Amino acid sequence: MGLFCPMPIIKTKQEMETMKPGEVIEVTADDPGFEKDLPAWCKMSGEKFIEIKKEGNLLKGYVMKKGER
Amino acid sequence: MTMEKKEKCKCPFCENELEMSCFGPAFCEPCSKEEVQPKDKMTIILFSGEMDKAIAAFTLATTAASSNMDVSIFFTFWGLNILKKTKYTIAKPQMLMQKMFNMMSTSKLPISKLNFFGLGGWMMKKLMKKSKMASLEDLMKLAKELNVKYIACTTSCGVLGLSKENLIDDVSEFAGSTTYLAEAKESKINLFI
Repeated sequence: MGLFCPMPIIKTKQEMETMKPGEVIEVTADDPGFEKDLPAWCKMSGEKFIEIKKEGNLLKGYVMKKGER
Repeated sequence: MTMEKKEKCKCPFCENELEMSCFGPAFCEPCSKEEVQPKDKMTIILFSGEMDKAIAAFTLATTAASSNMDVSIFFTFWGLNILKKTKYTIAKPQMLMQKMFNMMSTSKLPISKLNFFGLGGWMMKKLMKKSKMASLEDLMKLAKELNVKYIACTTSCGVLGLSKENLIDDVSEFAGSTTYLAEAKESKINLFI
């Protein structure tokens, strides 16, 4: 929250390293670029992009960690 | 007739045994997956010693590194200012002209436009802090955590009279253009900043 590119993505990546395959992370950000950045990052890193929800100025992204459960 | 021939995966990293058939695979399942997707590489030549350009370079480097890429940054000429340990890097073995260069281009980086003898850079730092943008120091710390490789150009180190002791410990390699080219040849993204 309140962070600018590239911090939201990097924080997401760091958080996801601690997760188990199949778990879903919710990321809240207010950087408008995040809407496009998150799907692009998922494409590169191979994580499963679920969706982005818009709540006013806030963006909530959902990503599932790859790998077999 | 049963075939009981077990062979090991042919990659150099694992010892997994394979169920061999006539059409059997040469690699075990996890290895053959990796075979298909080797890590992408990104290389950056950081030539300039300005704060704004360095921020752009490190922003891209950290993003790439967290997107499953191997990143290496090749620091040459003014880019070496970013790696200096102290503001004035003047050492005994330097020649007079090298001392002069190191006097005038320091690790206190200017910005590339509207610098106004440091005032612009100071204002830019304030603004970035206010808008919660990551500072160069933060980005460099992150880059290290994400295993971004720093290569310092030995030729420019020689010209500017800098040695290993004058630069921060994060520098992983001191090398020349060949090392850089060997990396760049395999990399998909290559930037000159």
